[in-house]
Amino acid sequence: MYRSAFKMAGALLFLACLLVWPAGAQAQGNYFVTYTHHMEEPGNLEFATKSVSGFPRAGNAFLGNAVELEYGVKTWWSSELYLDSQTTANESSVFTGFRFENRFRPLLKEHWINPVLYAEFEDINGADKALLEVVGHDGVADFLGRNDRSEKKREVELKLILGSNMKGWNFAENIIAEKNIAGDPWEFGYAVAISRPLSLAASPNPCRFCRENFTLGAEMYGGLGDRYRFGLHDTSHYLAPTMAFHMPSGPTFSVSPAAGLNSNSHGLLLRFGVSYEIDQVVSRLRGKR
Amino acid sequence: MMAWKRSIFAVACLLFCATLLLAASIGDGAWQSRVPDKDRLRSNPYDSQSGAIMAGAKLFRQNCSSCHGGEATGTEKKPNLHSDRIRTSTPGELEWLLKNGSMKNGMPSWSRLPEQQRWQIVSYLKSLQ
Repeated sequence: MYRSAFKMAGALLFLACLLVWPAGAQAQGNYFVTYTHHMEEPGNLEFATKSVSGFPRAGNAFLGNAVELEYGVKTWWSSELYLDSQTTANESSVFTGFRFENRFRPLLKEHWINPVLYAEFEDINGADKALLEVVGHDGVADFLGRNDRSEKKREVELKLILGSNMKGWNFAENIIAEKNIAGDPWEFGYAVAISRPLSLAASPNPCRFCRENFTLGAEMYGGLGDRYRFGLHDTSHYLAPTMAFHMPSGPTFSVSPAAGLNSNSHGLLLRFGVSYEIDQVVSRLRGKR
Repeated sequence: MMAWKRSIFAVACLLFCATLLLAASIGDGAWQSRVPDKDRLRSNPYDSQSGAIMAGAKLFRQNCSSCHGGEATGTEKKPNLHSDRIRTSTPGELEWLLKNGSMKNGMPSWSRLPEQQRWQIVSYLKSLQ
């Protein structure tokens, strides 16, 4: 009882901080799995939570969480730390590890297609259910056993992120390669996405629920096997509409129900997230703002 | 086998270092000289629309004021936009700057904003005295 009250108080405090913190910049995320070529503005710090809920038929329902801290080091370099945890019905709530990632944009002008290089180190355990990417032969079978934190996954993940903006549409394609340092083969995956704001021009008057503050889109992601068994055999794939609401100078709320496309996939994954960007955080800490 | 893995790792490290060095060496402050003529000559489709200036002011507050200040007068190391450079730049040059940024100098690309919204910000910038 005390624990749930503590959690509730913490959540309320977090939301209150988001809402009363002055002059937040607009957070960016439109997608849950796919990365775009857009980088964090230098000096800005984005807090985000990405949650995913799944309901495997032969296992217990779960809620995976990733708390994300993203900092814009340079205009062409963003750095992120993820802290993962999960709750599984009838089992337990556990912290499952961390991820540290960096993204570099090698071309400093906007082109019709813009590459970004991504490198991540993750130290998570076998109970992780954040599902921030799908690679190799990942599938619903991985979620049927009881929470097992004994399996350590120290993995390196590389991505080639390609992104374009055209006539208000955003297109993003990710090619993913992941390797467990302990010796498993390279695993591969993909993610593609498209989105567009409901209105391309901004309305002249301040408004919270204007069409320009809503972005609709879709993303598709899945595994591509591993080095020895590359392809679609025994892989899982998802198609997910996405919706994001960017509250002006406030948080961004996003939701995405993902439908599994084959028998290896979860039937339904419900993703939701909140992100909030604190502008020029170092200047604020120095008291210069 | 281990030597092969070490080679791959070394090549990957070199590629990343090369990317970092390349990114650090490209770019200069004279962004206007890099604007292609076809972009420089583009006219603002929202020119002389008061609604566009208001919308641009709103977008400026949401996206730009953290660096350039709420009144576009600049902060710390970020420039004051009530300047001759802004007044003498063509709308096309300003839209190009918003789209591409000047990343070496800390100005990010605002390509994530739709082109219409970038033109609205240009309308606001050109209204500054």
